Amino acid sequence: MSDYILEMNQISKEFTGVKALSNVNFKVERGEIHCLVGENGAGKSTLMKVLSGVYPYGTYEGDIVFNGDTKQFNKINDSVDAGIVIIHQELALFPDLSVYENIFIGNEIQNGGVLDWNKAIVESKKMLDKVKLKVNPEALIKDLGVGKQQLVEIAKALSKDVKLLILDEPTAALNENDSENLLNLLRELKKQGITCIMISHKLKEVISISDKATVIRDGETICTLDASKGEITEANIIKNMVGREIQDIYPKRPDQEYGEKVLELTNWSAYDSQLGRYVAKDVNLHVREGEIIGIAGLMGSGRTELALSIFGNSKNYKLQGDLFVNGIPVKFKHTSDAIKAGIAYVTEDRKGDGLFLLQDIKNNISVGNLKGISSNGIVNVNEEIKVADEYKDSLGIKTPSIQQLVGNLSGGNQQKVSLGKWLFVGPKLLILDEPTRGIDVGAKFEIYTVMNDLIKKGLSIIMISSELGEVLGMSDRVYVMAEGEIQGELSSEEASQEKIMQLATQ
Amino acid sequence: MKLFNELKSLIKHNIRDYGMYIALIVIMITFTILTDGLFMSSRNISNLLDSAGYIAVLAVGVMLVIVIRHIDLSIGFLAGFLGAIAAILIMQYNMPVFIVIPIILLLGILAGGVTGFLVAKVGIPAFVATLAGWLIYRGAILMATEKTGTIVVENDAFNAIGNGYIPSIMQVGGLHLLSLLVGALGIIFYIYSSISNRRNKIKYDFDVVSRPIFILQLVFVSSIIAYITWLLAGYNGFSWTVMIILLVVAVYHFVTTKTVLGRHIYAVGSNPEAAHLSGINVKKITFIVFGSMGMLSALSGILFTSRLQSATTTAGTLFELDAIAAAFVGGVSAAGGVGKVTGAVIGAVVMATLTSGMNLMGVGIAPQYMIRGGVLALAVIFDVMTRRQRA
Repeated sequence: MSDYILEMNQISKEFTGVKALSNVNFKVERGEIHCLVGENGAGKSTLMKVLSGVYPYGTYEGDIVFNGDTKQFNKINDSVDAGIVIIHQELALFPDLSVYENIFIGNEIQNGGVLDWNKAIVESKKMLDKVKLKVNPEALIKDLGVGKQQLVEIAKALSKDVKLLILDEPTAALNENDSENLLNLLRELKKQGITCIMISHKLKEVISISDKATVIRDGETICTLDASKGEITEANIIKNMVGREIQDIYPKRPDQEYGEKVLELTNWSAYDSQLGRYVAKDVNLHVREGEIIGIAGLMGSGRTELALSIFGNSKNYKLQGDLFVNGIPVKFKHTSDAIKAGIAYVTEDRKGDGLFLLQDIKNNISVGNLKGISSNGIVNVNEEIKVADEYKDSLGIKTPSIQQLVGNLSGGNQQKVSLGKWLFVGPKLLILDEPTRGIDVGAKFEIYTVMNDLIKKGLSIIMISSELGEVLGMSDRVYVMAEGEIQGELSSEEASQEKIMQLATQ
Repeated sequence: MKLFNELKSLIKHNIRDYGMYIALIVIMITFTILTDGLFMSSRNISNLLDSAGYIAVLAVGVMLVIVIRHIDLSIGFLAGFLGAIAAILIMQYNMPVFIVIPIILLLGILAGGVTGFLVAKVGIPAFVATLAGWLIYRGAILMATEKTGTIVVENDAFNAIGNGYIPSIMQVGGLHLLSLLVGALGIIFYIYSSISNRRNKIKYDFDVVSRPIFILQLVFVSSIIAYITWLLAGYNGFSWTVMIILLVVAVYHFVTTKTVLGRHIYAVGSNPEAAHLSGINVKKITFIVFGSMGMLSALSGILFTSRLQSATTTAGTLFELDAIAAAFVGGVSAAGGVGKVTGAVIGAVVMATLTSGMNLMGVGIAPQYMIRGGVLALAVIFDVMTRRQRA
């Protein structure tokens, strides 16, 4: 009989009609390192949020048994009190506070309300020793590198008498050296009896460190692989990650003659000076007229950053390499330059940086090209209404009127408004970032149909997508990105779920 | 009955827009009753509108600043300072008024441009940048009036801006003829634009109110314009201040609702990231909005100096807060992207009405501040509640 520190039984969780988890069973033995793997959106993070009390007891079905007791966590503090600590991918540290203040934040050493800083410093040194981090406890977090910050997070967890440590993609932002350090530390902690759950996309890491690995796909547990039985291999994990049947929901399109290269990048790199690393490195790619290329990869692989660096470089990355539009080298100073050159970028986060939710459909569609429907700076509203109505009809935006506020539309219709806005600009190349995220199957099909119509008219499309089915179903060629680099280029004949996933998890 | 139901649902759905007008009418009626009709006298309404003028123009400017998610605290003392400069140019340099006014307006644009530069290019939070401006312009007024103290302006043309009235041409039954004509033109223009607007909407199958309601609206608004015209015509007619406010409202209303620039301003306000990704130059818009703010500050300074017929050492004190309060009473949203020119002006009139009414009733200055504070708080609470209801 195995000694389970954690048993999650028949966990189901629903978000307004969408099943995020269904009957997930997840068991972790005491003292092991257990990896959780799966595609973006498979349900890994949701499962961990259920476990840590972010989604309180009662908002999900099923039960959690921790250390032999059935637990009901109503808030994060309840799970922390039980000894479960989760370290998120975005670190929850305060950059302007010192290391020791961060370690004891929310858990301050005090005497009747008065803080005992000296004791805190002494105690924090012990914690830092445990994670083998040699820094002055009084140093500020913002002066440390990401790797060291990660270790501070773990030290913070240790200060809370942690029994089960959960790490969500701990190495995503780390370089190889720091990653190796971190993995060694986890092995060390394991010897000290701390159980660890790690979510990771890097299969090499998973293979090197896990005792067990559970694969989640579409909100269900697929299998739990055991290292001692030699089950944790790259091929085995990938097979289970991608095993989904791809239904034939992609509209057929006739064979297309490709024209000249519309856009080409050579040795293109973008350095983010705030993060202190390259978000895109040595990228070489091209798109021809009438072609849809897919850029596959996992979240955080640098796809969006690459798109932004092309589209007027709005994040002020330091750029290297060359960008050619129609064979002519160009440098964009502002998004408006990119738009003038015929490039349009439909953002991943429509609500965040794509649409004006408090304005109506008409205003949202016209905003990118108001000059085209105005004379002497005065907007011709009749013209504007005509244009908005045309896109409403041609894209099938379901709304009683183009006066409707965009914030009141469904996700699929919002996406169509986004598309309409950018088509009205009259682009030659459309960059679609996760074009079908969060929208229903019917609307997806409509958007694919629109894409096919567009390339028939001679446009080109770069489609960034995490959905493998979509990438395979729609792309003429696929580039796979990981860690800011193009890991490979696949023709539509070569491409398969396994191959893409293999490249994406390098 | 059907009519009444439509009216009810109309008010319910547009409560945020109508609420302000309803509040204004309620406040006015209350004061009229409490002062035995004195409040609604021609003379009082005329004075009330003139005293609202210099705050109203500031409110229009600061409304746009708030729409693009910034704030400007420097506008009060900037207005005071530029007013003092105007007085100095006229009295000490003997410059003619028609040259002084454009110079002052240009100086205002320049000052606003400096703020815009600090906020848009250097990236200083507007609160801090304009707080610095507040201190600097306050010092500048003191410096400008240091030797002379209060500068009395003895120039009839300049003083007419804040105290004079449009010429009457001839009196008709004791009423001011040109003012009646202006009022009549206003009504004709209002009816014409409402009808053409409605036609256009019907053409494109947009929602419009039913015909009887539409006629009711026309009659209601026309009679209010007619009543105010009649009131003012019974005194000295439209003042130059009122004409200037009307001009500012007309220009700014046009720019914000009909032009590419106006659309871009609201786009930047409602989602700066999306605006940038739509190819809009957010920095340029920020520049323009602060520049316009500076120009309106200059205009406010001219109006105030002219009204007092002198530039004082404390001119402009607390104007900025009155203007910001007026903008919020007028429905601008601190979250950005929402606000109307007409709203800001009505907000300024509401605040001036409170002051005027309470003065007539002999309410002490202490309760006056508290009541105005209460009204501001109520307006914003009302705003938040109606917004939540809609969401």
